[in-house]
Amino acid sequence: MPKKECVAMLLAGGQGSRLGILTKKVAKPAVPFGGKYRIIDFTLSNCSNSGIDTVGVLTQYQPMTLNWYIGIGSAWDLDRHLGGVSVLPPYVRQDGGEWYKGTANAIYQNLGFIAQYDPDYVLVLSGDHIYKMDYSQMLQFHKAKQAAATIAVIEVPWEETHRFGIMNTDTENRIVEFQEKPKQAKNNLASMGVYIFNWDSLQHYLEEDETDPKSSNDFGKNVIPAMLAAGEPMYAYPFDGYWKDVGTIDSLWEANMDLLEDNPPLDLNDPDWKIYAPNQSLPPHYIADTAHVRRSLVTEGCAVFGEVEHSVLFLGVHIAPGARVVDSVIMPGARIEENAVVEHAIVGENTVIQAGAHVGCVDGEGWMMIDRNAAGITVVEANIVVPANLRLAKGAIVSVTEWQEFPEERIS
Amino acid sequence: MASMLGIINLHESEERIRELTLHRSLAAVPFGGRYRLIDFTLSNMVNAGIHNVGVLLSDKYGPLLDHLKNGKEWDLDRRKDGLFLLPPASHHGPSGHTVTGDIPNFLHNLDYINKSRQAYVLISGSNMICNLDYRDVLDYHLAKGADITVVYSETAGLTKSPPYTNVVTDAENRVVDMAVNPRTPKGDKASLNMYIMSKELLVDIVDYCASRGREDFLRDGIIAQLGRLAVYGYPYRGYVGEINSLQNYYKHSMELLNPAVWQELFFKSGLIHTKVKHEAPVRYLDGAVVRNSIIANGCIIEGAVENSILFRGVHVGRGAVVRDSIVMQKSQIGPHVLLQSAILDKDVQVSEGKHLIGDVSYPIVIHKRARL
Repeated sequence: MPKKECVAMLLAGGQGSRLGILTKKVAKPAVPFGGKYRIIDFTLSNCSNSGIDTVGVLTQYQPMTLNWYIGIGSAWDLDRHLGGVSVLPPYVRQDGGEWYKGTANAIYQNLGFIAQYDPDYVLVLSGDHIYKMDYSQMLQFHKAKQAAATIAVIEVPWEETHRFGIMNTDTENRIVEFQEKPKQAKNNLASMGVYIFNWDSLQHYLEEDETDPKSSNDFGKNVIPAMLAAGEPMYAYPFDGYWKDVGTIDSLWEANMDLLEDNPPLDLNDPDWKIYAPNQSLPPHYIADTAHVRRSLVTEGCAVFGEVEHSVLFLGVHIAPGARVVDSVIMPGARIEENAVVEHAIVGENTVIQAGAHVGCVDGEGWMMIDRNAAGITVVEANIVVPANLRLAKGAIVSVTEWQEFPEERIS
Repeated sequence: MASMLGIINLHESEERIRELTLHRSLAAVPFGGRYRLIDFTLSNMVNAGIHNVGVLLSDKYGPLLDHLKNGKEWDLDRRKDGLFLLPPASHHGPSGHTVTGDIPNFLHNLDYINKSRQAYVLISGSNMICNLDYRDVLDYHLAKGADITVVYSETAGLTKSPPYTNVVTDAENRVVDMAVNPRTPKGDKASLNMYIMSKELLVDIVDYCASRGREDFLRDGIIAQLGRLAVYGYPYRGYVGEINSLQNYYKHSMELLNPAVWQELFFKSGLIHTKVKHEAPVRYLDGAVVRNSIIANGCIIEGAVENSILFRGVHVGRGAVVRDSIVMQKSQIGPHVLLQSAILDKDVQVSEGKHLIGDVSYPIVIHKRARL
């Protein structure tokens, strides 16, 4: 196999458990986002646009949708003879096999895959984030600094530092200390989960980490601290664009709403940095005489006969006459029938809200509610039917298939 | 099941739609917000399980080649079979005369036809907008034991204005007469220019015509043989829009605004595939008032759009009004522009405050890349 300067390893096996019913059947990177995309499209498009043409995608949790979606990588121009995209699930060896135990272990188990390309650098990515970034510039920075590892960082508000891995740096951007989710942060530069390692260093520290039975085999918790402790030259690469971890219901909803601004912080219309997604061959959308669409994102295959305000409609969504959708995210193939109302909600793929139903109602009921969203965003799971005229409580997390497992008193 | 080879014959009249075919063939005329005309025929073929398609090119095929590339979007990038772009015969025949018909193009590519492994061949033009299942036509062809089956429509009103090919059938649907642009049609049946026959028969017809100096596939190869061959008509009752004039281009574009037509064309039996541009979803900003319109991805809308079709990547500026119009890819409509009954070709820029007003019976056409 010919040599590749840089190989990307994309961690896509996470459940994203804080997204709850939205990741019941799909891994977090396969969650729909922004009208026509899934979360993983951003990282894969970044690779493609950055000229990185060899990408290993590590899958584990609910991989079916992801496998189908990635295919041979054609959508991202990653169907290549040499390199291209390879989906890497856990596998069995002669001496048995095991699940990926942590982010570092997932890469460790695939050192053989990387070695085939004899790279100089390995780019480790996570398939969980929404951002546009030119990795080739980060690689240049990494080379210029003669670093063993470079970690992309973004400034976060000081009051949120406790949610992130924080990098304390000197004036040359060299990382002097790493604090994982600190109570008292000394800095507000958060790790974006984007790493470049020298291949030799990565190999060495992953092998070492594997021999430590106490390690949780995680980059943030174990590998990065070990490298720092050993005095390796590690640098923080400052990124000042839009970056969002859409790991919770609230942040997923918010990131969708961010796209509705006049000059959205994440520009999806940039011809020089397109975000690619597999094409579903649906026609341009239809807006009827009776429709009102304001401040919204509407995608191919949609038919809108009702009212849509400050919302994101994904592929093939149908909004019937008299229906009203406000401040909501309606995922692919969902139908909002006559005179139904959906407010401040996320409606899952192919779900039907029947005529006259009201989703996100202040005085609504907790029908099939398995949990409550504190920010008041109502979430309706994929592939279900919300019966006609039902008034569904604001903030309810609704799942037909799961709800019986929860005690009655949680439903209020 | 018997298998078919698909041939898309681009020898088509562009006389009445010159405004949109100056630099492209009829097959490549943009339609319906994100398609080119050929997408419908090509997708219908692929959706019917045809995976060997030859496109008999005519002239001005640059934009078409760019559109079709290796056929990947139609799943025609195959090791076995796939998409074949068949170059036209030279415009000057061996005796120095100017070639006028399509038989020389068939003859020029007879090797491809002979070599293909399919027993039957479906020959079609590129300008019929419909979503029809060719498997039904083949079943009918086999059940009738026909030599040739011609698909016709009685309901689409195609005989109302030329060009059209009038089809006359008997009670058994056997074709007893066909005529190209007769002054008075007999009945309402018009051919959709789609024919199924065995591959051998096609080769015979091409040979018969070529060896006698006849150059017109339809007139010489089919109509002149009606007495000799068992030609049957297959009635297609779904929606059909034939595009061969600016007027019917405009008319059928506007018919897409009927949700029943939109649904039938784009969601029935098979989807219509086209070249993908990876455009973002449409952004509706403040000031957007959109009624009865079809909007393709990549558009940004800040003005009013009514009874119109916007192709991918169109920007409608603040306070602009687009009414009864068709705006093709990447055109920019400046603030406070009024566009009424206009067809803007690709990449047109209309600057602030300009008014362009045509008539629904005679839409004005603005050429590709014009700056106003």
